[in-house]
Amino acid sequence: MVSVHSNQSSTVVPESVKILVAGGFGVGKTTLVASVSEIPPLSTEELLTEASTGVDDLAGIEGKTTTTVALDFGRITISPRLVLYLFGTPGQDRFWFMWDELARGAIGAIVLIDTRRLDTSFAAIDFFERREVPFIVAVNNFDGSHHYEPDEIRSALAIKEGVPIVNADARQRDSSKLALIKLIEHAMTKIPEGAPA
Amino acid sequence: MADNDAEWFDEAAGPLVRPYAMTGGRTRPGASWLDVATQVVTVPSTVERVGIGPEQHAILEMCHRALSVAEIAHYVNVPLVVVKVLISDLIDRGDVVVRPPAQALRAPGRELLQAVLDGVRAL
Ligand SMILES: Nc1nc2c(ncn2[C@@H]2O[C@H](COP(=O)(O)OP(=O)(O)OP(=O)(O)O)[C@@H](O)[C@H]2O)c(=O)[nH]1
Ligand SMILES: [Mg+2]
Repeated sequence: MVSVHSNQSSTVVPESVKILVAGGFGVGKTTLVASVSEIPPLSTEELLTEASTGVDDLAGIEGKTTTTVALDFGRITISPRLVLYLFGTPGQDRFWFMWDELARGAIGAIVLIDTRRLDTSFAAIDFFERREVPFIVAVNNFDGSHHYEPDEIRSALAIKEGVPIVNADARQRDSSKLALIKLIEHAMTKIPEGAPA
Repeated sequence: MADNDAEWFDEAAGPLVRPYAMTGGRTRPGASWLDVATQVVTVPSTVERVGIGPEQHAILEMCHRALSVAEIAHYVNVPLVVVKVLISDLIDRGDVVVRPPAQALRAPGRELLQAVLDGVRAL
């Protein structure tokens, strides 16, 4: 029995949902979060120890390698009962197990791509595909970068048919908003028929 | 002193030692299902709360308005793993409420997604 005091239910606890914004180093994750968030992105950190699975106390922490990973996130209050969080997730694949936690229960992910460095977002695409987390690819058109058609991006990164690819400018609120809408619509197509509402 | 030990001491001793003293050395919250987005709300109380630390008092103060685990970690300025322990203790004490764990880890259903979609479209 988990101690959740639902008997004190005069207290209204809002529901929350998450969307992840992923992609390689410097692809515009924080910029996208900032453009739609109602608050300037906040940051928090997670401590990762090498033996971070199954550690119940940190006695002897000196012997372990610890890394601090910074996450930034924004917030969109949809109603007093529903809040959406956007988490910018670090791109390096050694942080995969943190992505696992972030992806759990998430609506899905927007994987940002910088066409000048396509390969830096490959790990993110691979991750969400494997975990069957709904995702879309948003091509962030940096100034001076060559323009690619979605089909060229799709074949270059071996992105499955059915995964939407959109153009984006992470600095523009409307553009980021459209990417969010695209992702949510895509996630809705992934709900199994007859699943509970 | 340019060896690994010194490096560990400089870089990690501050942020590590203090938080773990704060949680009695534990890194595992009882409520390990607490998610970064889980909303935490303080249960109003007229009696003075005793037996909790300053960080937990701060959490109770800020959560009169619902905040996520991640926001709390940011404002209290401790790593997520630490804030989860602090919040988990407050849940056990009945000082804060969260939604039941079954709802925390489930992918959102159609109705919820529709509500999010409508909300984002209206931004
Ligand atoms: N031209 C252009 N520049 C952008 C766009 N998005 C982001 N930038 C710029 O690219 C730089 C990196 O953006 P960030 O949002 O910090 O990228 P990030 O993915 O959060 O970076 P890390 O967290 O360090 O991995 C910043 O200088 C942004 O202003 C875009 O759509 N177009
Ligand atoms: Mg960033």
